[in-house]
Amino acid sequence: MPDTFQLEIVTPEKLVVKEVAEEVQIPGRTGYLGILPGHAPLITELAVGAITYRAHGESRTLSVAWGFAEVLQDKVTILAETAEHPEEIDVARAQKAKERAEQRLKSNDPEVDYGRAEDALQRAETRLKVAAEK
Amino acid sequence: MPNVLDIRRRIRSVVNTRQITKAMKTVSAAKLRRAQEHALAARPYSQMLTNVLKSLVARADIYDPITGEPRHPLLAERPEKNILLIVVTGDKGLAGAFNTNILKIVTKFIESNAEKNIDVECIGRKGRDFMRRRFPMAPEAAASEETRPRAGRVQIVGEHVGVLGKLEFNFASGLGGSVVERFSRGEIDGVYILYNEFKSVIAQRLIAQHLLPIKEIGVVDVRMAEEAAEEERKRAVEAAKSAGVGVRPVDTKAVDEAAAKFGALQVDYIYEQPPEQLFREILPKYIGIQIFHALLESVAAEHAARMTAMDSATNNASDMIDSLTLVMNRARQAKITKEIIEIVSGAAAL
Repeated sequence: MPDTFQLEIVTPEKLVVKEVAEEVQIPGRTGYLGILPGHAPLITELAVGAITYRAHGESRTLSVAWGFAEVLQDKVTILAETAEHPEEIDVARAQKAKERAEQRLKSNDPEVDYGRAEDALQRAETRLKVAAEK
Repeated sequence: MPNVLDIRRRIRSVVNTRQITKAMKTVSAAKLRRAQEHALAARPYSQMLTNVLKSLVARADIYDPITGEPRHPLLAERPEKNILLIVVTGDKGLAGAFNTNILKIVTKFIESNAEKNIDVECIGRKGRDFMRRRFPMAPEAAASEETRPRAGRVQIVGEHVGVLGKLEFNFASGLGGSVVERFSRGEIDGVYILYNEFKSVIAQRLIAQHLLPIKEIGVVDVRMAEEAAEEERKRAVEAAKSAGVGVRPVDTKAVDEAAAKFGALQVDYIYEQPPEQLFREILPKYIGIQIFHALLESVAAEHAARMTAMDSATNNASDMIDSLTLVMNRARQAKITKEIIEIVSGAAAL
């Protein structure tokens, strides 16, 4: 049984991560998944959340929004629409987005798309959380 | 007889112009290189997405096993009465015939679909300006009405200006989402995107790509194409060579091969979600990535066109300087000769 696997995180703009990792946690649509080397092949959709992986004994976190992941015994590939390292996150912007989304959710305006506002709130909160872990 | 001083002044102004065109050419060449890199970086994602979709097609009963009819609305073909056309041009001019060529084929496309209603989404300022002069904007949607009134057979429904400079996937995926929504609601029966395809400096063409309904996943469905003229291509190659940009297509084999393995292994995957649901989620994203791809290629093509145009302009300026210098020397010579004649004949008269 191998004790590491190849981890790749790809977005439409670039290859974000390509490393040998020992463990990764991914935000699946139905809850977080912890993946260790030798996992059975799996395909899942991703929710908005944080990916945490451990490579060379060091743990790192990224925030991701929508995508999916393929898990193989010795390889994990994650396709995400956005994937940001903590240092890339614009905290001020995320904070603003959060406030805006909260305001929308509170208002009784029938024009407000609650699903979208909730998504936006979740994205902003994840970004802030990940950024705080830097 | 032209004045030597005047000619000298003109030469100086042409030299200045040449300096500008030369700088623009260098800048465009650098931008072209960057655009090509971007396009390359986007490949793995789109390839992998396509793979997953393909393998899902086999697993989820996307097609009805008896009639072969697709079960997903984005795959179903229906008679085209209303179509959406996405026109991709540049935001800026000074790129030779780049924008004109696209708008020419747009006109052709609209003419060849004379019996259908056409909604137009313009990406890029040049295309927007052109379409605005010709066609009306769609009226604002009134929530109470079932069917929106049309402003004309051809109408503009959306404009996107200034997004090409710093292209983000978010934009493409947002546009893709809205297009998919309109299609599923039955507002439009077909979606086409018209842009300048760019594989490399020598492999370029204008195409009308059929986006929706999806005929076959992973295949670019070209409905109308126009190759660049031989002469234009030669010019482009010359410009690329002098600017130090590779003429051949970027080697994508290694990237593609790695990406081709994604999700396509012959193993039994555990699907966290039912395949049908995954398929439904991914398909709209597929449209987004196709639009993103088209935009990336169009941006690269625009820079290549500008580079070519500026190379021509630089050459023309050099030619002009040469011929002006010749004229100037001749004028100076004539002046000297005239003076000598005057002196000599003056002396002879004494």
